[in-house]
Amino acid sequence: MRTEFRLSGSGGQGLLLAGIVLAEAAILEGKNAVQTQSYGPEARGGASKAEVVVSEDDIDYPKAIDPDFLLALTAEAYRTYGKVMGRGLVIVDASVPQSPEVTARTVRVPILATAADELGKKVVANIVALGVLGRVSGVVDLPTLESAVKNRVPKGTEDLNLKALRRGWEIAAAAAS
Amino acid sequence: MSETLSYFRQDRLPHIWCPGCGHGTITGALVRAINRLGLDKNKIMLVSGIGCSSRAVGYLDFDTLHTAHGRALAFATGLKVARPDLKVIVMTGDGDCTAIGGNHFIHAARRNIDITTIVMNNNIYGMTSGQYSPMTPKGMLATTAPYGNSERDFDLAELAKAAGATYVARGTSFHVPMLIDLIEQALQHKGFAVVEALSQCPTYMGRKNKIGSAVDMLEWIKGRTVNAKAAAALPPDKVQGKLLIGELHKSSQPEYCDEYFKATAKVRRAWKNIDGGLRGCEQNSD
Amino acid sequence: MPRTVKLMQGNEACTVGALAAGLEFYAGYPITPSTEIAELCAEELPKVGGSFIQMEDEIASAAAIIGASLTGKKSMTATSGPGFSLMQELLGYASLCEVPVVFVNVQRVGPSTGMPTSPAQGDVMQARWGTHGDHPVIVLSPGNVKECFELTVRAFNLSERYRVPAIVLMDEVIGHMREKVELPDASELVIESRPAPKSRVGYKPYAAETDGGVPLMAPFGEGYRWHVTGLFHDETGFPSNKPEVADRLMRRLAAKIDRNEPVIRDFVTESLDDCEVAVISFGSSAMSALSAVRKARAAGIKAGMLRLRTIWPFPDEAVRELSSRVKAIVVPEMNLGQVALEVERASRCNAKVARVSKVNGELFRPEEILAAIMEAAK
Repeated sequence: MRTEFRLSGSGGQGLLLAGIVLAEAAILEGKNAVQTQSYGPEARGGASKAEVVVSEDDIDYPKAIDPDFLLALTAEAYRTYGKVMGRGLVIVDASVPQSPEVTARTVRVPILATAADELGKKVVANIVALGVLGRVSGVVDLPTLESAVKNRVPKGTEDLNLKALRRGWEIAAAAAS
Repeated sequence: MSETLSYFRQDRLPHIWCPGCGHGTITGALVRAINRLGLDKNKIMLVSGIGCSSRAVGYLDFDTLHTAHGRALAFATGLKVARPDLKVIVMTGDGDCTAIGGNHFIHAARRNIDITTIVMNNNIYGMTSGQYSPMTPKGMLATTAPYGNSERDFDLAELAKAAGATYVARGTSFHVPMLIDLIEQALQHKGFAVVEALSQCPTYMGRKNKIGSAVDMLEWIKGRTVNAKAAAALPPDKVQGKLLIGELHKSSQPEYCDEYFKATAKVRRAWKNIDGGLRGCEQNSD
Repeated sequence: MPRTVKLMQGNEACTVGALAAGLEFYAGYPITPSTEIAELCAEELPKVGGSFIQMEDEIASAAAIIGASLTGKKSMTATSGPGFSLMQELLGYASLCEVPVVFVNVQRVGPSTGMPTSPAQGDVMQARWGTHGDHPVIVLSPGNVKECFELTVRAFNLSERYRVPAIVLMDEVIGHMREKVELPDASELVIESRPAPKSRVGYKPYAAETDGGVPLMAPFGEGYRWHVTGLFHDETGFPSNKPEVADRLMRRLAAKIDRNEPVIRDFVTESLDDCEVAVISFGSSAMSALSAVRKARAAGIKAGMLRLRTIWPFPDEAVRELSSRVKAIVVPEMNLGQVALEVERASRCNAKVARVSKVNGELFRPEEILAAIMEAAK
């Protein structure tokens, strides 16, 4: 079965890294995974999009066709990609106002606030989001995600990022209920 | 004489240069300097670009590389980084070095890479029959400057010095013993060393500007120059507008290859296997 | 044998392949979407005793790798469209002087600055004909991340074996995509090096059989004292204007590749045996095409695919054979029809050739190619 993720927001939010960690976790579980991205000229700010396709089978087309999960961390990303969502689930940051243009199933999760207020580091929002995505999608287990996070985040930041991942995993449960 | 000749590929002679051209004199000066230093001809790589100057390397018995127009220093940089133990010499012309190859020249100087560069400056594009170069003095005639050259010329020595060359000298095909000495100094210098060698082109530069024969052109060159050491003692009007000849700049600065190998020394190791753990890279976009 | 399984990016796989093939010298200039290759080489090359230098531009980069290769070191540069354009003169120099070097071009949308962060496949013809004059060149096109590794290794091997510049023609999607890759152990790889002379006595650097022979190549700095020039030259390496010398050189250079096309040729096939509509594709377009072919099969259409891993030399014979037994050939590519021109030529009007072009900076969606297959099947 093919599961497609689209992670969207603005440059500098670390969505590319979140996508890479998600793909790596899938591989650690013996699945196939492909991660792609599109990006503009800005290293910080500007629209940013990473996609991950996970499957037990061979993956031919590497991009998301009809995403199962859309993560949106900015209002712009939410509107742009939310309105073209089909059967999949939209996971949007709680700070983003709802838009009537987006008709797909939506859950609202306080990802940015959890990172900034609770963990005290805005930069770990991507890893909080990763925890949310992992739990909501069910494609990877928490211990595998933890291993993948440890592999990919900068040395010395492992503890903070693991904490962020676990908080994401927890708030996903609250949001889903 | 026979010792000098042993550095030539005698079966490649005679050369293609015009009668009276100064390039043979400069090539001879290089060979004499190499001979004086007793350098091993198996450990010298000689590189040139395109133009009259670039033909010199084909006549000399070393590993020789006749490259593309303007690119001699870029090829030479690859050779030097790959084999820092070898002596690398570049023979180039005023057009090759300062027009199409100008960017490579300033960057080789900036890196202070250990390359000796001989610029055979005849103030004109000879190979293509007499167009003006960045080293053609203002007002002089060329086939592409039929009303006189409107452009200012480079002071190559000042350019080299400002860009970071650590040995800079100017000689001429008239002052041959001095030229041999300067090239000898340049070859012994560790770092980017430039010797500008003024050369006469009677066929195009001389004829177009009615300077006269090769001998007249040598007199013209002599008249344009003043010895750098003597200049200090001369009244200003004797130095005004003249080109200084002799050693013009020398300093000791870290050399590129040394610095690169020093910076990477702690990670240098033998190759074992594919390192599966290469890091991921951030995206960039220009 | 220990194998490495990891999530790897195309540009990273290309670099690891180059290192596995014995890369010792890299010169380059930063340009999206190839820059990761330079960054990785800067970091990794010293660890294997090699050297990296960032040159002042792409022309200098091409010059530096040719210089380094002449000393016997395997050398590479990587770039994208604008830089590849600048390198063309020296690519021709390497071709004529028979200096083995590898050029990687991670294609982006052009012409000009174009769309730096978006994929295209518009450099197919430039890779073959970008420099002036007839010249031999080999162009390989990886279709996934693992092939970025494999074909970079092969590019070095072919470049060394035939003493030609080899070009690895990637694109932004393949270069930046990450996927699961299982790398072979180094002991499983076949690594080739240039044919070298055994003795300095009577060394003639360009002496080889006239029908496509590869001359023996001595490294600079080892006492051979030979001459290399971008002028046409005879077997001694010195310039010659003689018509018969020029003719012999030009024909030998071309024959080096032409004669060996059956050995160099490399493609993969999918469901071609009973196929009625064939898709010929390469690079990232082929990923969409494969998905489309599978969808077409599921819908009962006898579709198949030929995916090119060598674009140049072009596999004329394979395309001609295919064209003689299918109704139509669909050629999806992210340009306005460059490989399609070759398919049209090679198929000699045996089958209808349908061009499918995408030039907006986005990868094909499988549906777009599926629609063309459906149309061709009618």
